[in-house]
Amino acid sequence: MVSPAHFVALAVILFVIGGVGVLLRRNALVSFMCIELMLNAANLAFVAFARMHGGLDGQIIAFFVMVVAAAEVVVGLAILTSIFRARRSASVDEANLMKY
Amino acid sequence: MNHPIVIAAAAATTTRELAFWFLAILAVASALGMVLARRAVHCAVLLAVVMLSLAVMYAMLGAPFLAFVQVIVYTGAVLMLFLFVLMIVGISAADSIIETIKGQRLAAGLAGIGLLVLLALIIGNAVVGPAAPNSAKFGSGNVTGIAALLFTRYVFPFEVTSALLITAALGAMVLAHRERIGPKPTQRSLSRQRIASGQPTPLPGPGTYARHNAVDMPALLPDGSRSELSVSEVITGAPAERELAPGSNGTHAIVAPDEDQAPTPDPDQVKVGGPADRHLGEGGDA
Repeated sequence: MVSPAHFVALAVILFVIGGVGVLLRRNALVSFMCIELMLNAANLAFVAFARMHGGLDGQIIAFFVMVVAAAEVVVGLAILTSIFRARRSASVDEANLMKY
Repeated sequence: MNHPIVIAAAAATTTRELAFWFLAILAVASALGMVLARRAVHCAVLLAVVMLSLAVMYAMLGAPFLAFVQVIVYTGAVLMLFLFVLMIVGISAADSIIETIKGQRLAAGLAGIGLLVLLALIIGNAVVGPAAPNSAKFGSGNVTGIAALLFTRYVFPFEVTSALLITAALGAMVLAHRERIGPKPTQRSLSRQRIASGQPTPLPGPGTYARHNAVDMPALLPDGSRSELSVSEVITGAPAERELAPGSNGTHAIVAPDEDQAPTPDPDQVKVGGPADRHLGEGGDA
């Protein structure tokens, strides 16, 4: 029988994969995608816990996470394109003007 | 004696279980592939697979509304936005495999394992019980239930969300806006540039006289040799510098604000002129 615990475990695994991706990848777009993966994993945990408790609040929070993620993606990608315009690179190593 | 209803329930359970394991393995494999794939487009496609399998899982968990929102908003809008930006930033931009910080990969792997252990311990200690008894909230009444909550208890955050979305849209417009620095390229200047580039005619289309007309099929020249010019650099994987060089494509040129216009067209011309000369040479050989 598939219980919410299975889904929570899957969410944990996906979250860790996304976190490792953020740490590993040098392309800003790909590390951004990894952040999206982490948000998705958190959403899955929210929905699984909503199913476990029998309420809809978890689903509402997951919905809000989706909305905020959409707004975040729009702004983040605009920043990426303007950085790319100025420095001709999407690598996180290139944006080092403020590095000590 | 096996009652038909019991058998049907057992079959439904097995189907759910099969679906879960199939989707879980698919999602984890795609997520790993996303972290490991070198080209950003592959990452985007694998992320789409993860998101779609998560959408099916939401439906399995009694959240049909969220399943549809996941497909429409995440896979439909957010990922397409990612792909659009990938097209701007350069589809062939592969990640460098050089470690800039020494031992970073090892440290990242260790941090990942540590995070996994930490989260597993937390989840193991938390009480993750069985699913609550099924109710209409997780089936046909899901949308009305969410709407009732959204417009009563969560109405203030919901309204704030609209302000957030408008701010994000405005912010994106401000950030992505580009002031024109040089004069607008006229028809005269564009045609001069085209003549000077050594390739005044349009580039040959892919697949001309070839076996089929797929975009990755090079056109055949009169002597039967392949014309490398006919296939887009995006597909062949060569660096797509030509698209980014200022002035090579008047309206779409991406111009760095602090960069001088003069030196950049030179590599452009060399690059465009190079293959054309090679083709002339090939024609002469045959």
